Amino acid sequence: MEDVGEKLVQVVIALAIFAAIIALIMLLVDRAPKTFRDKATIIGFLAPAVVLLAIGLIWPAIQTTYLAFTDRNGSPNGMDNFVWMFTQPEALVTLRNTLLWVVLVPLMSTGIGLAYAVFIDRARGEKALKALVFMPMAISMVGAGVIWKFMYTYRGAEREQIGLLNQILVWFGGEPKQFLLDAPENTFFLIAVMVWIQTGFAMVILSAAIKGIPTEIVEAARLDGANGRQQFFSITVPSIRGALIVVVTTITIGTLKVFDIVRTMTAGNFETSVVANEMYTQAFRASEPGRGAALALILFLMVLPIVLYNARQLKKQREIR
Amino acid sequence: MSTTPAIPAAPEAVLAKAAEPQIPIARRVKQRLTSRGATAAAIIIAVIWTVPTFGLFISSLRPEDNIQANGWWNVLGDLEFTTKNYTDVLASAGGSASNLGQYFINSLAIVIPATIIPLVIASMAAYIFAWGRFRGKDTLFIFIFALQIVPLQMALIPLLSLFINLKIGEFQLLPSGTYAQLWIAHSIFALPLAIFLLHNFISEIPGEVIEAARVDGAGHATIFWRIVLPLSVPAIAAFGIFQFLWVWNDLLVALVFSGGTADVAPITQRLAELTGTRGDEWHRLTAGAFVSMIVPLAVFFGLQRYFVRGLMAGGLKG
Repeated sequence: MEDVGEKLVQVVIALAIFAAIIALIMLLVDRAPKTFRDKATIIGFLAPAVVLLAIGLIWPAIQTTYLAFTDRNGSPNGMDNFVWMFTQPEALVTLRNTLLWVVLVPLMSTGIGLAYAVFIDRARGEKALKALVFMPMAISMVGAGVIWKFMYTYRGAEREQIGLLNQILVWFGGEPKQFLLDAPENTFFLIAVMVWIQTGFAMVILSAAIKGIPTEIVEAARLDGANGRQQFFSITVPSIRGALIVVVTTITIGTLKVFDIVRTMTAGNFETSVVANEMYTQAFRASEPGRGAALALILFLMVLPIVLYNARQLKKQREIR
Repeated sequence: MSTTPAIPAAPEAVLAKAAEPQIPIARRVKQRLTSRGATAAAIIIAVIWTVPTFGLFISSLRPEDNIQANGWWNVLGDLEFTTKNYTDVLASAGGSASNLGQYFINSLAIVIPATIIPLVIASMAAYIFAWGRFRGKDTLFIFIFALQIVPLQMALIPLLSLFINLKIGEFQLLPSGTYAQLWIAHSIFALPLAIFLLHNFISEIPGEVIEAARVDGAGHATIFWRIVLPLSVPAIAAFGIFQFLWVWNDLLVALVFSGGTADVAPITQRLAELTGTRGDEWHRLTAGAFVSMIVPLAVFFGLQRYFVRGLMAGGLKG
């Protein structure tokens, strides 16, 4: 128990130091000579953020870009890391998997999330039904990894299954399967976990958008005799187009950076690695910072256009309002 | 938190009742878009989305022998429950103990400063960006906003070596194996989104309020602490919850900066480690996973409304 106390003391000391720094800034700003006071305020209030960002994000990002063109000893090696990435079989598998993730997760999460949002719209107990699907969003990806690893648990056919999915296979007369070991389909079983997490996000956002569709339009369509399917494709989907795009792009960005699920469930073995996991493995496990940096750079280049598109979409939506 | 904040939202997203239906109008349209088939599909989805967590929870309460003997869906057959798995994973005694209690404390010790520090720093910067006057303000603001496109993977390798090399003489300023590296790393990575969101909110504060205070002779510091911060509580709460869950659920930053010992590493890291090394000890893993999920689930069910707002703020406009 003295351990807990010790940790608490560390936290309190840290917060006290932080408070002291902030108090000092406030004091200096307030005591500054009148002519200089406005300038002092601006500098004092901005400095902590700007300094932290400069040394913690901007400078490291520049360094990583440089590192991407160096070997494991830190000497420049031109494009070698990128050649490795695009020629070596194990690196190519990583890229292929990332591509699969980034296509399937946004599509499936958005599709299922939209369907669910439409199905339960104005149903009794809508709130509770939403909470059920939304809950995985609160759980860490590590926790989700454990949950699904348990679902996928494999036992030889002669033993009782303890993983639900294998039990279902057995009930239907099949053989139990090594869901996480058998490449290449194991990647799809990892992707399912991310879909399970992200569907709630898509559902909540899209549900809010659906509720924003003017009732007059829906009523007019119904008076014109549109059935459920027609309503969905001619009214609902076009009306929430903006929200759909934002959901898809946001999930895409999250998926590109996916790390925890792969790390927890397979550690990237059995041909399941993705770029963010490989980046970690190369940089911090295999002592290949150059390769790690190159993968980080690739990640950045993949995220970049999607973020820009997403930003433009948001801006457009805001202007319409 | 799984969806990394990508694109920030307008202040109305933080404030507004984005997730709430406009009930009076909606009521008029009683007839729903749905049919019997749709209801069935919805139920199936709800079941698939709930069963995995439910099964894990049931298992965490079953005795070890039962977990290994058959699946949790047989629980009605044996009806034996125990809390031993939980006391086991939390215990710190013994060489093979999972010691999760310690790691749980670590998570708390990491997340509290890692939420408070960026919130204060970002609020200060946001206040200046909203109400200060200086040349190049807009450019600097847009630049900080744009930093959100840099994935944190880009910063990890150099930041780690920076922490290691940050010395005054022989004295290492931020030694590894302390919380300090994690606090600072998390704070830095939170700043771009936090500054942007809080700026949007703070800039909506009526100018007269701030002018009036200034006429009364209040300095910037006073205005900031007495007026701006109290008025910004909704935005601060929304982002605070978002950041809290993000840090609590994080694995990558922890792996890089914590050193992995029971003195520092958070519960997610320990759980990931157990999954790798003791993948068959399901009595430990199930209980451990639930211990790690308790705090986020409490936040989720207790503060669902703020949680949704925070999430939308992090992922979307309203």
